[in-house]
Amino acid sequence: MSFPHGSDLETTTRLSRHQGSAEARTLEGWRARGGYEALRRSLDMSPAEVTEVVKASGLRGRGGAGFPTGLKWSFMPKDDGKPHYLCCNADESEPGAFKDREVIRWTPHLLIEGCLIAARAIGAEHAYIYVRGEFFEETRVLNAAVVEAYENGLAGEGILGSSWSCDVTIHAGAGAYIAGEETGLMNSLMGNRAEPWAKPPFPAQAGAFGMPTTVNNVETLAAVPMILEHGAEWYRQWGSERSPGTKLWSCSGHLVRPGNYEFALGLPLSDIIFEACGGTPSGRPVKAVIPGGSSTAFLGGDELDCATTYEGLAEAGSALGTASPIVMDEDTDIVAAMRRIAQFYAHESCGQCVQCREGTSWVVRILQRIEAGDGRPSDIDTLYELCEQMTGRTICVLADSVVFPLRSSLDKFRADYEALMKPSLVAAG
Amino acid sequence: MSRRIHPAVVGAQPFQLTARETFDGPIFETEEGRRRLEAALSRYPTKQAALLPMLGFVQSVKGWIEPEDMVEVAEALDLTPAYVHSVATFYTMYNKHPVGRHFVQVCTNISCHLNRAEEVLRSFLAETGTREGETSEDGEFTVIEAECLGACGFATVVQVNDRYLENVTPDGVPEIVAKLRGARDGAAAGGPAAEGDA
Repeated sequence: MSFPHGSDLETTTRLSRHQGSAEARTLEGWRARGGYEALRRSLDMSPAEVTEVVKASGLRGRGGAGFPTGLKWSFMPKDDGKPHYLCCNADESEPGAFKDREVIRWTPHLLIEGCLIAARAIGAEHAYIYVRGEFFEETRVLNAAVVEAYENGLAGEGILGSSWSCDVTIHAGAGAYIAGEETGLMNSLMGNRAEPWAKPPFPAQAGAFGMPTTVNNVETLAAVPMILEHGAEWYRQWGSERSPGTKLWSCSGHLVRPGNYEFALGLPLSDIIFEACGGTPSGRPVKAVIPGGSSTAFLGGDELDCATTYEGLAEAGSALGTASPIVMDEDTDIVAAMRRIAQFYAHESCGQCVQCREGTSWVVRILQRIEAGDGRPSDIDTLYELCEQMTGRTICVLADSVVFPLRSSLDKFRADYEALMKPSLVAAG
Repeated sequence: MSRRIHPAVVGAQPFQLTARETFDGPIFETEEGRRRLEAALSRYPTKQAALLPMLGFVQSVKGWIEPEDMVEVAEALDLTPAYVHSVATFYTMYNKHPVGRHFVQVCTNISCHLNRAEEVLRSFLAETGTREGETSEDGEFTVIEAECLGACGFATVVQVNDRYLENVTPDGVPEIVAKLRGARDGAAAGGPAAEGDA
């Protein structure tokens, strides 16, 4: 229903080419599209060989951190005699990101196939798909596909007539952004509050239920079958050396054609915003873009020529993150936008670490009073100080996630903050 | 659901957020309760892991979770009621009090904020005659502000029970509310169900 949008810019639909087709949701339709052939191929390979192919492809985690997937799999212990688990992170909740939802609801069997291949590579006996609770429709579609997979020998005992078995279970979340953090996710799976834990232990040492576990994002796992089918070199025809492949882009905010797109990594960000998405509906210039979901740093309207690769966006001073550009036109109130983002993190802080629990709420209170015209001379300095204190001091990166947009908005749009201060205060500050 | 629910998906049945049934006796002495518990337990190496699925099950029947339900779930899973309470209150989707027949959640996070979400929220409150979080006197509506629903390209996004309404504008709200009043449940409100919706 939402994909793909027509546009003048060439899209490279590999992950998403069957989105929009109701038939592709069924096992029959999926098989007619070559589904589960990659799984069959993986059964003729050793787990180490499967891992090697993914490693060679250079596939990087699509959940935000961009960690090399094959390398992550290779951390899993071999022949340790313990049960291993795969967790598929389908707790999509980064503001701006809505790509995994489309993978799940249009191509559930692609996700199941990716999970099974990953499970085979890491020696997992059980794959848990952790879907955010609000995704009712997506969960219904995925439920139906999992049942079909079980009924047709694609999950459970003796998959595809082989001696290999792997269970697949859908675990619905219940409303917590922090359950998208990998240790928070595993805690939630185990029936705890979704509080992240300090690493070590790393998931590959002691993850879900204390056993070696790998957590992979939906889009990451959905890319695995085509890599197995066509090979690492084929996958590397797109993107750069350090950012190979294609990527889903969730584009939102002030855009003529918002929505999900798939591009080879490396296009200029401005092409995605202006050519694919048609620029702003108001026709006004773009004031700011948060390129990788709300946890990444603001780029100004004059910084959009950067390449959309992990390294390109890092060089530009932001991050690829979940590849979810949020576009704001010239009339946008940056302070209000930043306040709304900060409110989200204050709401979603799990409360374990004081820098995050207190810091996020403090940031909101300061931004609210600046917005209301009651800013104090010291407020901007206090915000910078909070940025300092909230970086790198907590169990997970939720506090850091508010610092990236906050600090960059202060650096790049300081005039917007000062415009809301009383003139005397700006002079004094 | 007509066919028998596979244990792999038992913890992932959509909550009927506004169901108004109660359990006929203790939850896990009902046939459905016993079956759900057994199925969930078969999917995890620990008993405790069935906690979220079981809380979800209780809510799917009653539409909310009472402290007494938490005690029953705790007993079934060998946990303390205090621990179950600490988990149930951590997650926003477990309703700790009853909500209206149409539970309306308006996302006002950044992408929706940029697309007049606050006006959409105000419009829902005005049309339903409620304050945020309050259930209307006729029990029809509860309207709350929600955090990101993960459909940012279709702002403003509004969740009504288990359906997403997308591209909602402030002007479109009166019609949505009127349809909901006449509908048996949220599903009939004209939510843009995807083609071939399962």
